[in-house]
Amino acid sequence: MPATRMDAMTQSLNRIAAMTARYYYILRSSWLRLLEIIYWPAMQMLVWGFLYTYLYQSKSAMASTAGLLLGAVLLWDVLFRGQLGFTFTFLEEIWSRNLANLMMSPLQPFELAASLMLMSLIRLVIGTLPVTLLTLLLFGFNVYAMGPGLIAFFLNLVLTSWAIGLVVAGLVIRQGLGAESLAYSIMIVLLPLCCVYYPVEALPAWLHPVAWSLTPTYVFEGMRAVLLDGTFRTDLMIEGLALNAVYLGLGFATFVALLQSARHKGGLLTMGE
Amino acid sequence: MSRIERFLPRRHLTPVSPNTTPAQDNAPVSLGIDEAPAIAVEDLCKKYRTHWAVDDVNFNVPKGWTVGLLGGNGAGKTTTIAMIMGLVVPSFGRAMVLGHDMATERHKVLSRMNFESPYVALPGRLTVRQNLMVFGRLYGVANLKARIEELIEDFELGDVLDRVTGRLSAGQKTRVAVAKALINDPDVLLLDEPTASLDPDRAEWVRSRLRAYQKRRSATILLSSHNMTEVEQLCDFVVIMSRGRVVAMGRPGELAERFKCRDLDEVFIYLARVA
Repeated sequence: MPATRMDAMTQSLNRIAAMTARYYYILRSSWLRLLEIIYWPAMQMLVWGFLYTYLYQSKSAMASTAGLLLGAVLLWDVLFRGQLGFTFTFLEEIWSRNLANLMMSPLQPFELAASLMLMSLIRLVIGTLPVTLLTLLLFGFNVYAMGPGLIAFFLNLVLTSWAIGLVVAGLVIRQGLGAESLAYSIMIVLLPLCCVYYPVEALPAWLHPVAWSLTPTYVFEGMRAVLLDGTFRTDLMIEGLALNAVYLGLGFATFVALLQSARHKGGLLTMGE
Repeated sequence: MSRIERFLPRRHLTPVSPNTTPAQDNAPVSLGIDEAPAIAVEDLCKKYRTHWAVDDVNFNVPKGWTVGLLGGNGAGKTTTIAMIMGLVVPSFGRAMVLGHDMATERHKVLSRMNFESPYVALPGRLTVRQNLMVFGRLYGVANLKARIEELIEDFELGDVLDRVTGRLSAGQKTRVAVAKALINDPDVLLLDEPTASLDPDRAEWVRSRLRAYQKRRSATILLSSHNMTEVEQLCDFVVIMSRGRVVAMGRPGELAERFKCRDLDEVFIYLARVA
């Protein structure tokens, strides 16, 4: 590798590290923020955990599917929190009126995206890991029993959350803080369509292509195959990953296009005012 | 042709006297007649819907000069600076910095530039030290710790270094923001109202630091300000804008003479009313 390219790569990694450090400093600056990351998933898990316990003990037809419910809640949270972690970290730049400082620095869009992805992962680990242990401890549901498949589920969901996060961040740059509410609401559109709590067959036939065009559908179908049949559907995971690669590329292209559009529209300098 | 004339806009401008030559004590040492300008603004226009925020603006800033960009509210100064920074793409024309078109090649020159603006803040939850570290690393500053130590000394930041930036006074925040703007020893520095929130004593103190920096680095500074005393003290040359257009330019003293005013303050008020 030529020295100049090596230098450029080193500088690029340094900038990603600098941005990650910047977000880490924010996270570290307030224990309330750390608590908030754990608080919502934990509360949600308690509610669904008690329902799981009730169904499990009811000896009804629903008892056998109680584990599915809890698994779905945990994996949905990976998708939801992954996107929130990405988007909220980005929104910090808008709220602190720092975006123009970054845009004026040598930071490249892909470096900003990479640091947001890293922070999304860190926030996910902080938020999800204690909750999975809590679920095991309180309700006896071991999500890790899904085995290595869980890594594939996690990877697919995280990639989807980043693709959506990139689009939301781009829309905030383009439209300003008016688009901020998308950070909370955009995932809810996916909830009925990506079949979190029921199989694709439960949807009307005309919605099947829509469901299969959404990568989380592959994960939730895969999870049901593991928990109901004890089989890991490699085909679903590979298809999901391939689709995710496309969506992540499209997400980044959209982010860059919206950033460019914002430069035409003006307002980057005063963003957050 | 005088050195200043070579850097005059081509049209739509009030001409500067052909006899004008820069005062020797102010003239940048490295400036050669054929040297390319650090900032070249050519036929620059920006239209928002039906409104022309910047309308056919032309001026150059020679390397090592400090040029003031003046104008009332809504004159188009901030949009012009945003286009020079590459944060806004022109509708027509171009802004070049160190030979690069900022609409398309800004990544080639951003590490040699920096800026400070009241529209922008440093992350308030980070300490001053953390902010300087983050921006130093973003700009790829070599020997970053030593550079931060220099800035701490130059801007007397020792007592606020480990304080959260958001809790500093307006004056302290300005000092930190200017320190951040100098962290990469920029060749081109864009300053938007750099002393707006400072008391006269602190404002003069910051101006002295900017002068020292400019002298040490032969840096090019484009400065937007409403403070005419500041402009007279800092700037070699002044560009005055009104309603998106350049209405006058020249040395501060020359402008006062040309418009038969006592000082730049009067020139500013006169042009704001008649332009």
